[in-house]
Order: sequence, then C-alpha cells, then structure tokens
Amino acid sequence: MTNINIHKTMMAHLHGQTAGDAEAMRVIQSFRKDDVPKPVIYVGAGTCGLGAGAAETIIAIKEQLKQNGLDAEIVEVGCIGLCTAEPIVDVQLPGRNRVSFKNVTQDKAGIVIRCLKEADAEKQDVLGQFNHSGKISWNGVDDISRHPFFARQRRVVLKQCGIINPESIEEYIAHGGYAGLKKVLDAYTPESVCETIEKSGLRGRGGGGFLTGKKWQFARVQNADQKYLICNADEGDPGAFMDRAVIEGDPHRLIEGMAIAAYGIGASVGYVYIRAEYPLAIKRLKIAMQQAKEYGLLGKNIFGKGFDFELKIKTGAGAFVCGEETALMASIEGRRGMPKPRPPFPPVKGLFDKPTVINNVETLANVPEIILNGWEWFSAIGTKTSKGTKVFALSGKIKNTGLVEIPMGTTIREILFDIADGIANGKKFKAVQIGGPSGGCITEANLDIQIDYESLLSVGAMMGSGGLVVMDEDNCMVDVAKFFMDFIQRESCGKCIPCREGTRRMLEILESITQKPVAGENQALERMKGVMQLEKLGQVIKDTSLCGLGQSAPNPVLSTLRWFRDEYEEHIYERKCATKVCTELRKFKIVADACTGCTVCSRKCPVGAIIGNKKTPHFIIEDKCIGCGACMEACKFNAIEMN
Amino acid sequence: MKIPIQVNGKSLEAREGETILSALNRNGIQVPTLCHMKNFIPTGACRICVVELEGNPKLVTACSFPVSSGMKIRTHSPRVIEARKTIVELLLSNHPDDCLFCARNNNCELQSLSKEYHVIERRIRGKKNSFPLDHSSPSIIRDPEKCILCGRCVRVCEEIMGVACIDYVNRGSKTLIGTTLQRGLNTSSCVNCGQCIMVCPTGALTERNQVHRVQEGLNQPDKMPVVQYAPSISVSIAEEFGMPAGTDVNGILNAALRKIGFKKVFDTTFAADLTIMEESAELIDRVKNNKPLPMFTSCCPGWVKYAEEFAADLLGNVSSCKSPQQMMGAVIKSYYAKKENIAPENIFSVSIMPCTAKKFEAERDTMGRNGVKDVDIVITTRELIELIRLYGIDMKTIQPELTDSPLGVRSSAGKIFGATGGVMEAALRTAYKALTGNELMEFRITELRGLKGRKEARLKIGDMEVGVAVVSGLANAAKLVEEIRNGRSDLHFIEVMACPGGCIAGGGQRIASYEDVVEARMQSLYDIDERETLKVSHKNPEIRELYEEFLGEPLGHTSHDLLHTHYIKREVLL
Repeated sequence: MTNINIHKTMMAHLHGQTAGDAEAMRVIQSFRKDDVPKPVIYVGAGTCGLGAGAAETIIAIKEQLKQNGLDAEIVEVGCIGLCTAEPIVDVQLPGRNRVSFKNVTQDKAGIVIRCLKEADAEKQDVLGQFNHSGKISWNGVDDISRHPFFARQRRVVLKQCGIINPESIEEYIAHGGYAGLKKVLDAYTPESVCETIEKSGLRGRGGGGFLTGKKWQFARVQNADQKYLICNADEGDPGAFMDRAVIEGDPHRLIEGMAIAAYGIGASVGYVYIRAEYPLAIKRLKIAMQQAKEYGLLGKNIFGKGFDFELKIKTGAGAFVCGEETALMASIEGRRGMPKPRPPFPPVKGLFDKPTVINNVETLANVPEIILNGWEWFSAIGTKTSKGTKVFALSGKIKNTGLVEIPMGTTIREILFDIADGIANGKKFKAVQIGGPSGGCITEANLDIQIDYESLLSVGAMMGSGGLVVMDEDNCMVDVAKFFMDFIQRESCGKCIPCREGTRRMLEILESITQKPVAGENQALERMKGVMQLEKLGQVIKDTSLCGLGQSAPNPVLSTLRWFRDEYEEHIYERKCATKVCTELRKFKIVADACTGCTVCSRKCPVGAIIGNKKTPHFIIEDKCIGCGACMEACKFNAIEMN
Repeated sequence: MKIPIQVNGKSLEAREGETILSALNRNGIQVPTLCHMKNFIPTGACRICVVELEGNPKLVTACSFPVSSGMKIRTHSPRVIEARKTIVELLLSNHPDDCLFCARNNNCELQSLSKEYHVIERRIRGKKNSFPLDHSSPSIIRDPEKCILCGRCVRVCEEIMGVACIDYVNRGSKTLIGTTLQRGLNTSSCVNCGQCIMVCPTGALTERNQVHRVQEGLNQPDKMPVVQYAPSISVSIAEEFGMPAGTDVNGILNAALRKIGFKKVFDTTFAADLTIMEESAELIDRVKNNKPLPMFTSCCPGWVKYAEEFAADLLGNVSSCKSPQQMMGAVIKSYYAKKENIAPENIFSVSIMPCTAKKFEAERDTMGRNGVKDVDIVITTRELIELIRLYGIDMKTIQPELTDSPLGVRSSAGKIFGATGGVMEAALRTAYKALTGNELMEFRITELRGLKGRKEARLKIGDMEVGVAVVSGLANAAKLVEEIRNGRSDLHFIEVMACPGGCIAGGGQRIASYEDVVEARMQSLYDIDERETLKVSHKNPEIRELYEEFLGEPLGHTSHDLLHTHYIKREVLL
C-alpha cells in the first residue's frame, strides 16, 4: 500500500469514516501490530536503552540477520521503564505473542536470532510475553503484566511507552490516538473541556500540585487577543527522567494533550520548553510534530472545526531555574531565565504578558485519556485528594531502577520493595529522597504513608516531579544534604538575596562539618555557631525567596536534619562519619606490628603524610592526612586501619 | 475605589490596584526596600520589603503584592524583622566591609539598613566573591564586590536609557553585573550617563573621582587654574549645605571656587549662549539650504555617544556644535589666553559638570589643539562638594561674588539649559530673532517645560511653521529616532538630553536627587529666567564682544575651527 493511501485511510479513520470498511480495518490492524506478516524486532532505544548499549545491539542483530539470511523488521521503541533490564529487545513472530528479552547487549544478539530461527525463548532471558488475543503463546513464559515490576503498576501515561513506534503517527492513531482531540472538537466547548479536567481532579505533576482544570479556567476566562500554552519539559531534577521517557516513547500523546488544553484555554500557540540535554526526545518530538502537521492535527482549522494550534519547540540551555514557570517564560522571551514575582500569575499575565498556562509533560499526557474515558474514570483512580496515577523515576541503591507508574495512594514501601524488589546488594534501607533537590527524604518510619500530595508534605517531603533516589546504609545523610545544597546553590539564578547568598552559606556550613578540623583558631566555635545558624537560615530562605527553587532549597537540609539529626551531631561533636563517606573525617593508623616498612604507602600518599624508614614500621601524621585512603588500598599487609 | 486592609491590627484604606508598599507608605508606615524603584515594574529581587500576610504560608514582598480587600498584614513582626535582618546579614557576609574607605560611606543604603536592623555581630560568615574592578571607563568605575545585585542599574540602563550595556552574568553566588564578554564599560555601548550611579544603593558604581588631580593642578606654580561650571550646578548643591533644594547659590559658589584656589571663575552658561548663537545659525542654514533635517542638539555627550552607536545613520542630522563645556574650554585656551597673554598649555582648565559623560567628552580626540586639551579635568557635582568640604569652606557664611569677565556674563536663556527643554527654548528665542528680525514676545514656551520624557510643539516663526521636539531619557530618544527613520518629517529641531529631566537630574549630581529635588532645581532655573532681564543669548554683551573681537560671525571660519566638531560611527560590543 502506498504512503498516500495509508495517509488517506488513517485520515478517514481519524474522522470516523472507516466503520465497516474491511480494507481500511486491515490497514489499521497492521499498525496495531496485533499480528505481523513478518517477524518484528522491537529494540528499547530510549536514552536509557541506548546508554545500556541498544545501538550496538541493533548493529549486531542486523549483521546476524544478514548472515542467517533472515528477514525481519526492526523497530526502535521508547523505554518500557525497567532500566536494569536494558537493552530490552522484543520479538514478535507472525501468529505469536510478542516476547520480551532482557539485557540483550550486543554479545547476546544471538538470543534474538535463535528466537527467530527456532521460535525458542529461554526462560532466563525473557522478561515476559505480551498477550495478543488468539495468538500462540510462549510456553513457560509468564505474561509480562505479571512480572513483579509491572504487576502493581497502573500505566496511563506510560501506556504505550516502549510498546509502540514513537516515530509512527499511524501506530498512535491505530491505538486510538487523537480520538480524544476529535471528541473534544466535536462535542465540547472550551468551558466544558476545562470543567471535565477540573472534575477529574487532575493536579499538576510538576511540583505544586495545583488543580489543572482550575488553572485552565483562569486562563480561559481572560480576554486577550493571544493566549499561550507551554509544556514544561525542562526536567532538571537529578534523578528524574519521566518526561524524557514520555516524549521519547510516546510523543503524540503529549501533542494531543497539548492540543486539547490549548482548545480549552483558547490558546493558538503552544511551546514545548525542553532541555537541550534531551536530543533524542527533541528529535522524536520534531518528527511527531511534522507528522501531526501533515495529518492536519496541528496548524490551521484542525478537524475542520476552526481551531488553530501552532506548536513550537524551545530548547533550554541547561539552567535548572528555567523549570520555574516565570523563569521559563523569560527564557522563551529571549531574556535571562530569572523568575518574576507572582501575582500576576501566568494565567493572567504570562508569556509576552499574555494569559499563559504552563503544565508539565506528565500532566498534559494524562489529558487525552481523561477525555476518552471520562472524568469519572480518572477520579476513580487514586485517593480522595490526589487522583489518577503518578510516574516515578527510581534510582540509587535499588535493585530495579527505572520508571514506574502507580495509582495515587500506593505506599512508598510497595514501590521500593514490591515493584523495585528492594535494596541492592543486600544492604539496609536508609532513606529515599523524593522530589529532587526541592523535596525531602522519607525514612523507614514513614515508608507506609500513601503517596498523595498532602501525605508527602506532612512528612516534610513533596511530590515534586517524581524522582525517587534510594539511599542505603552506606550513604551519609550529611553528604546527601551537601550534594543537593551544592547543586541548588550553583543553579540559583542569582536574583534574590536569600537564595543566592543563603544557599551558599548553608553549603559552607555543611562543608565545615564534613571537613577536616583545622588546629588553632576558633574553628570549633565557628562550626558550632554555623550549625545553630543552619536551621534558622533555612527557615528564612524558605520564607523569603522569590521562587520555588529558593523556597524549597533548604528542604534537603531541613529534612535530613529532622530525620537524621544524630548523624549531624556525630559529624559535629565526634568528628566522625559512620559511613566513611566524608573522607576528611576518616582517620588512618598504621599497625606497627603488621607493617613491614615496604614504603609503598608513603610513596602513594598524595600529601606526604606518611613517614618512616625502610624496613621499619611507618607512621601517619594525622594533621597532614586528608583521609583519602590511598595508603590502605596500597598496603599489601593489612597494616593500615581506619576508624 | 477604597479598599479596607488591616495593618498591624489597625484598619487602613488602600487604593485599588496599588501595592502593599504604596498603601503602607501613604499611611506613614515605612518598609525598607533595595531593588524597588518608583515607576518601575517591581522585580522582587531583594526580598527586604517582605511582610507577613495572613493566610499566606510564605512572607510576601510589599513592593510587588497587590492589595486586596480585608487582607491582614504585619509589617514588623518578629518573623519579618528576623527575615529582613538575615537578608542584610547575608549581604554583609559577601561584602568587602571597607565602609571607611568607600565613596558612599554615610550615604549607603546597605549601611543604613545594617544600622536600622541593629547588625552589630557577625552571625553569618563565609567566603566572599573576588571580582576585578572595572576601571576601563573614563567616567564610571564599577566595583562588583560592593554590588548587592539589586538590579537597579541594569533596569535604568535598559528601560530609561535604552542602552542595556550591563546585565547579570553567571549564576548562583557567582552572579555579578557585567558588560558584554566582561570586557569592561569602555568597550561596551555605555554612554557614560551615570544614571546607574544615581540609582546604586552602595559604592559599587561611582564616578572616576578626580578631586586629587584638581588639587595637583591647583598647586602647580607655573599654571593658571581656571574653572567653569555648568548652568545646573548653582541650583544643585544647596541641600548638601542645609539650604532648601533648588536654592540658587551662584555667587557663593563663585566665592567658594576662588577660595579653593581658582584664579578665574567662568560660567559655562556663557558658552551655552555661544552654543545658541552657533546652533541657531546652523539650524537656519539647514532649513534655508536644504541640509539634513530634523537637526538634533549635541550638548549632551551621552546622547552624542548613543547616536554614534545606535543612530549612525542620522549622524548627519546631529548639530556639529561642540557642547557648552567644550566651547568654553576652546574659548578659554584661545581667545582668553590670547587676550591675557598666557600660553594655552599654562592654563589648567577645570570644568564642573552635573555629568559623568563630560569626563569622556573632554577626552575625545577633537577636543583640543596642538596637543593641548581644551578642558583638563572634569569633575562632577559630587566631586565639587568633596572639594568644598576638603577646603573647609563654610557655604553658609561666605559672601557671594561675581564671575570673572570676560566669559562670565550670561543670559537666562543659557541658564535654563540645565532643564530638559531649556536648550530648545533658548535656541528658539534666538532663531526667532534671526529669522524675523523681531524679539519673541512670549519668551516662555510652556509646552517644552516640565519633566515629561517627550514634549513637542509647533511654532510659527514668520511665515514658517516649525516643529520641535524635546526628549530626555535615551529610551525616549530611541523611540523618536525610530519614528524619524520610519519617515516622520514634520520636525525641524530636536533636543535630546540623556538623563531623564536633563542636567538637573544628571548622573554627576548628588545621590538621592529624587523627583521633588529635581523639580525644585527646575523651578529655580525658570525663576531665574523670570527674574532676570537678559533673557536671550544674542543680547549677551560679552558674546557680542567675542564675535566682534575674535570669532567674526556664527559658523564663520574661526567658529568652525574652535566650536564645531564631527562624529563617526562607533563600533562597540553589544
């Protein structure tokens, strides 16, 4: 079938004119890939998959296909979420279920070839199989939906990530895509769109958790010659990659959500503000936008209903603060990304002083499903105040890192221990940082709280965008606080005083308690004063900073101080770091009896802190030692002790 | 509409659409501010004006938060005071702490705040930023270490001046205000207007102080020190010495300058009259001989540099007349030198200006002859005050004296040069006479008076209708320039002053020259104009003498050599 005909058929399908047309249904089925005419190999080629070697795997598979004279279609899909299993390669043979193989690095390309040749899948290689009704299933292979990682998830936003070809609008349409937009343009007024979203209870997934429909209403009722919709894809939190996965894996879902939102608020121009560090997401979004334009789903007179929506991409230059909405708008306007005071709020006076709605990727990606399934469906998921699902990015000391989407109300324990299979390497759980540098940490004691906006706030954390960084007993919480403080003080825009000067002072105080004590002066006294200042300073910074970045900047410190005060005190009073992460506080000693005087340690020492003659026991000068541990690593006689 | 609000437990009335700060100030409650500037959209950068707003989890900034009915505010609760004090301490923790060695000692907003909030102990310490001084400009010195990043200079430079040569650079605690590629003001588009200095709360921006060079010059036995001062100077220093703002201290100033050691005291206003003679002749020449119109004034060195950078296509429209300062300098070192039989190089010529750009102007290549600069040193009003204090002169008891002659007599037309619109008014009085043979009956052209950024008038001179415009604040000039580029052709003559309000609000004036002070100075100038009888430049007897004895006629050969200049397109880092 020619491309022109495919285009025609899909257009007809979009307009609901294919019912009973068998030929058209066949075309649509082919894009649904419920069955395939020839083998299809799906490779998880999101940024995570590529990082794990997917590109090399594809090359290896292609070579081996050639060598074996096999014919198969290779499709690069987005990320299904289980990072630890990347590169993930699925194989779909004609008439059979799609089966998913894990950790298919280039040396394991043979697994795929064997599957193609012999229709064979070894249990230890597979993640599971997808269930296509009426197709032959794989013996001894579990349904992937029963895999512990997926079983407890409820995938709405990530529904098609890692499943469909993100560079094919036809696949998206065949899976019901853009039906939500059509439904809205056919049957909804802008007001009813906003009402539907408001009734669904969808709240912003970017941090604050404001009711999305309400925000839209504010902008909708404004009288203005121009309104704007902005998608905030400037995902800058360390350890967060939800938005990237959605755009890489299912970009049309975002475009559809944006078009619906734009119709609701009356915006004819939209921007996707995306960080330049996401080249693959940008590439796929650009392709998707081009395809949507060709299908008349972006541009003038969409679906012939007189609705115009033009979408633009604006790449951010890598400033964390540009995730803050007023700074983001300044950046789009071509100015330095610095926040502005609110009010006026963006729905009243935003981009170029026009009413503007800013939503994040996940929020907008929820919209098509809410429209298609109704607000009642959505509000039935989750808790009383927090509806729907939430995507979290799991990283750190956890077995299954990756992306999970769970209904609100799930406990953190369920995510960490059931879905993610607990702490790696048999270590003990210590805390999980939620909400990135703006959030706080959750300890063992609070693991059973439900995930919703209010519960997280009550324990000093926040939903944030959805990063979950897991820490085990080897992590020093003072060091963790220092890490986030360092990040924040470098990323502060420098505009308001409390954030600019205050975060630096907080960092310096943290540094002073993790640094080697210097003899003389009133160091100890200064340190004490500093620590007393830390909490106070944190409160003032929270209370007075201009934007969300500053207002939440002290959170990691305040939160660790709240739950791990003992660790701080140990650092301050005993000058000790139990986890040995703060190297400057480590003390090394040479056991004279074990030392052979081989001189290796003194030669390795970068600061010349070890003295001693050949063949006589050596000695470490404590004042000089920086605690790096090079001596201990070098010693062949276990003569160096650390305490 | 009145809006009831509650402040510190008491009911107050606010006005619809105003901010908390404006409501508080109107009701006699002061809240400290740093980044706030009257008539600018608030940026909320400094956070020092925070107040407690009931129902709001965070403190809010009074400068930006709009009032709403029934809101309950606490302006000086312990939480608020602690927050403000912490902000001051945070600033101090990254400040050089060299108040005693600072130009703004006792005149610094950070210093005052620190005192107001009783900061007497260092609770917050840490590393301080180390940034190099930008002393590349002949007019302005920037010390980023003293900068508290309130952003006032950036805004004035962009929004009032349309120059935007400075902006925030870097991020986080490394943020500073800098020029393009950090190359320094002299390579930037800076027009040296000094308005940034006027709004700077600390000593981060100061003029290039040359008081010491004046002292050196005064003590050279083989040189004759002479001084000139701009029309606005005599009405701009009174408040420093405990007199009402705007008081004309002309005679006292003459006496003070002699006591300081100047042998001759001249009034730049004389040269303003001279400028009018040349400029009005040039205008008539342009009109009669179909030369480029409209003609722009060239008295303001800030505007001239701006035109060279941003309006090079219109340089042919800028009057070729030198500014009064430079005309005076040229006449002193030619006509006067000859008359008194002194070698020009033996005259030490100082100029006192309300302006930092004049320092730059005096350094231009065309401002001298045979390797001798026409004006040796330019000092600002602020430096004049330093000199007066340094030489222990009691301005309240000394007796007024007259200026020296020649080059001392002036008309009141020259005097009003100090206010926006003054040059235009003075020029029209003389042009009218030149074109019609009669004196202008109504000498006041009220449409051209006042502090508005743009003023226009249409006048009948003989059978000709003349369109004139007056702009101050270079951003206003930029708009007008754009209109002219787009074909506007009804204007013949345009006065441009870089500083909003003209020289009485110049970048070299006393810090804290607020609107009411500027208005008082302006009123004082117009009062002089009302009071005095010599109201037109062409009747100034010493001007006539100068033409008869030396110059010949306006636009003549000698004038051309001494009093006119040319401009070139200037390439700068934008």
